[in-house]
Amino acid sequence: MAAKKRTPILRIPAVQTLLASLVCILLGLVVGYIALLLINPAGAWEAITDIVKNFWTYSNSRAQMKYLGNTLVKAAPLLMCSLSVLFAYKVGLFNIGAAGQYVAGAGAGLYCALALGLPWWVCMIAAALAGALLGCLSGMLKAYRNVNEVISGIMLNWIALYTINSLLNVVKDTASPYTVVLSKTNPSAVIPSMGLGALFTNNKYVTIAIPLAIIIAVAIWVLLEKTKLGYELKATGLNRNAARYCGMREKYNTILTMGIAGALAGLGAAMFFLSGFEEWSVTQSSVPAMGFNGIAAAFLGGLNPIGAIFSSFFIQHITNGGAYVDMKMYSSQISDFISSVIIYLCGFVLFFKYCLNRWLNHRDEAALRKEGDK
Amino acid sequence: MENQYAIEMLGITKRFPGIIANDNITLQLKKGEIHALLGENGAGKSTLMSVLFGLYQPEAGVIKKDGQEVAIRNPNDATALGIGMVHQHFKLVECFTVLDNIIMGVEPNRFGFLQKKEARRKVKELSERYGLHVDPDAKIEDITVGMQQRTEILKMLYRDNEILIFDEPTAVLTPQEIDELMQIMRNLAAEGKSILFISHKLAEIMAVADRCSVLRKGKYIGTVETKNTTMEELSAMMVGRNVNFHVEKVEKTPGDVVLKVENMTVASRVHKNNAVRGVSFEVRAGEIVCIAGIDGNGQTELVYGLTGLEPVTEGKVTLKGTDITKAPIRSRNTMGMSHIPEDRHKHGLVLDYTLEDNIVLQRYFEPEFTRGGFLRRKNIRGYAERLIEQYDVRSGQGAVTSARSMSGGNQQKAIVAREIDRDPELLIAVQPTRGLDVGAIEYIHRQIVAERDAGKAVLLVSLEMDEVMDVSDRILVMYEGEIVGQLDPRTTTAEEMGLYMAGAKREEM
Repeated sequence: MAAKKRTPILRIPAVQTLLASLVCILLGLVVGYIALLLINPAGAWEAITDIVKNFWTYSNSRAQMKYLGNTLVKAAPLLMCSLSVLFAYKVGLFNIGAAGQYVAGAGAGLYCALALGLPWWVCMIAAALAGALLGCLSGMLKAYRNVNEVISGIMLNWIALYTINSLLNVVKDTASPYTVVLSKTNPSAVIPSMGLGALFTNNKYVTIAIPLAIIIAVAIWVLLEKTKLGYELKATGLNRNAARYCGMREKYNTILTMGIAGALAGLGAAMFFLSGFEEWSVTQSSVPAMGFNGIAAAFLGGLNPIGAIFSSFFIQHITNGGAYVDMKMYSSQISDFISSVIIYLCGFVLFFKYCLNRWLNHRDEAALRKEGDK
Repeated sequence: MENQYAIEMLGITKRFPGIIANDNITLQLKKGEIHALLGENGAGKSTLMSVLFGLYQPEAGVIKKDGQEVAIRNPNDATALGIGMVHQHFKLVECFTVLDNIIMGVEPNRFGFLQKKEARRKVKELSERYGLHVDPDAKIEDITVGMQQRTEILKMLYRDNEILIFDEPTAVLTPQEIDELMQIMRNLAAEGKSILFISHKLAEIMAVADRCSVLRKGKYIGTVETKNTTMEELSAMMVGRNVNFHVEKVEKTPGDVVLKVENMTVASRVHKNNAVRGVSFEVRAGEIVCIAGIDGNGQTELVYGLTGLEPVTEGKVTLKGTDITKAPIRSRNTMGMSHIPEDRHKHGLVLDYTLEDNIVLQRYFEPEFTRGGFLRRKNIRGYAERLIEQYDVRSGQGAVTSARSMSGGNQQKAIVAREIDRDPELLIAVQPTRGLDVGAIEYIHRQIVAERDAGKAVLLVSLEMDEVMDVSDRILVMYEGEIVGQLDPRTTTAEEMGLYMAGAKREEM
């Protein structure tokens, strides 16, 4: 049976990923809907449609564009975090430290902008470096002391959070726990819009950060698939021993990977906070969810940088949509709850792919057995 | 008439997607006989045994015990029928005693407290009756491989198994231990146990088995009485053609020293002690030096030290006059050291990479394959396709096949192709034919000899007695981390080598 067979459409990896991602999304919505029904059946359908609709809630297309802009502003840093996670994952590392690297990036970026008065691009570089530094720390612990990067990542998340809180205390607004407003203190540190904002009904937070994030996603794909470095890093991730055997510097590769992953997350933070959309609260006592959501976005996107562009947008879309749920019927946490249910199920993409393949194999084997009985 | 068969497998057929692993196979094991099951790798021996143990359900065929048809749905059913197996890789808990290992799973207890006294008595009695000589209170990690194997045998006897399966039992033993094992098997058969002996070593089958069933490519070829057959006939049945057992090679005078090892010591990763202790030797151009010895006597660590996978704690390694004791792995490789690793899955291949990506694993950084940091995919494809063609590496989809989906023999051929095509000064080949079928073994031996004839230095590490004798120009025997003897394959015998391997004999080196 050497005849060349065409791969069945269900066996193509990209189709499988897409299918599994869609199943996850659907399942998440169903589970979320059931939860809403249990809490208050009267408003459940309306609530779930609000979440899915997000900015389409508005009938006015100008308002729609404006709020689409808001979703994009937050989708860009999420994309960066998911790139950070998936890049490390391709090299066999689980970068749960993306959250802390994001915090470090936010701190370094805002400090450079507010305390040192530096221009936006310097602040972005500083943010990337801060994230990279934190990533390298995890990488070095892994390479030289064999400390699991998940453990060191989680610990560094908290260290980063409290360090940044105290660092940013010097640029805190006197009347609130937030840092001073960026556009008033140092307008040169706001990432330029270059006319993009005008497209989104003068949404001034829409900046070149958004196309930049997409360009970086494509660059990461090229790096992984087309370059010598990508070949080495993936080989190290797939088989550390073989990488060592053929003379790759697997320790250096581990540190480099975590450094790049950290830089991506740190840069993501700069993209968000240097748009001026939000200020940093120096009293916050939980690590921002952005880094963790990056894990979900990475898996929902099938661990592919291009897939991550879409999955990041989707996750941010439903997260923002949660804000439109009727607060008279549900408590204010409900929007977070529904989006986290969906995000949680997004983590099951690989599981569904596995199920799909098992089912296909089973079907093939059954077909063979049938043939044998004849 | 009373049924004379202990177990019968009749017309067994087992299919997997794309392959028929067992095609209408019949195997009849008489009571009290030693029955050999012969076949190359991939002939379907393992599948057939998995069917017998209930791990696979066959599409067709029946299994009978004592003439009664039985259903074996899982390994528990097999155990209940008195079928036991000594696996090629022992399933023992290293830090437990022999006795603890034997009773594991069937621990005699009263109210949840262990009752070892009765168990110890039974083990001692069995041990004496079959001449097994195992101390029930010794720890597994302290006893020899031969004794560990006898512990596995005792495990079966303790469970009153009547049908004993030995899966390639001689692979890890010295010639002396093999003789002992054969005697034990004869004792067991004389006491009425029925033995199934899985092997591809013809001499052993001829020595111990009463009958032999042969499988080839999933098909049943036939069953013969060993006293009415010859090794040549068996091998022809197994391979389907006549095989040249002997490696053809011409006399050659060795040239300059390529590899010089002085007083090298390498620490073991597993244990705290030194695995290689002050070893010195040379490999010259145009000669094949073979490191012989029983598995686990420091051969692995010796190679790790030479190739840089583990640091050398003492001594000096020189390649073509350059000190490489502390050189990084990449520079050793580019200086002309090729390494066919012992474990092709652990070191030799990135299994989830394609065949072409694996073929350039040692060369991807050369300008031919990388320009400006980007891989030159076209050149990689071309190079891979040339090697696939030249070394006859077979795979489902050619250069883009996932290495994981290839057969063991073709995976090994790909590694051999990659390492030899680099045109090395020194080729280090560690068990290059492990787990391969006769045809592939022949091929790889020819390649190694061709390297030697081209004036390259070859260091071969092997556990296979025949390979050591046939291929090498000079034999160094390793025992407990030291080289205890240098032998000439033209004048030595397997028995003499066995004495060195077992540590019974040594010369001052």
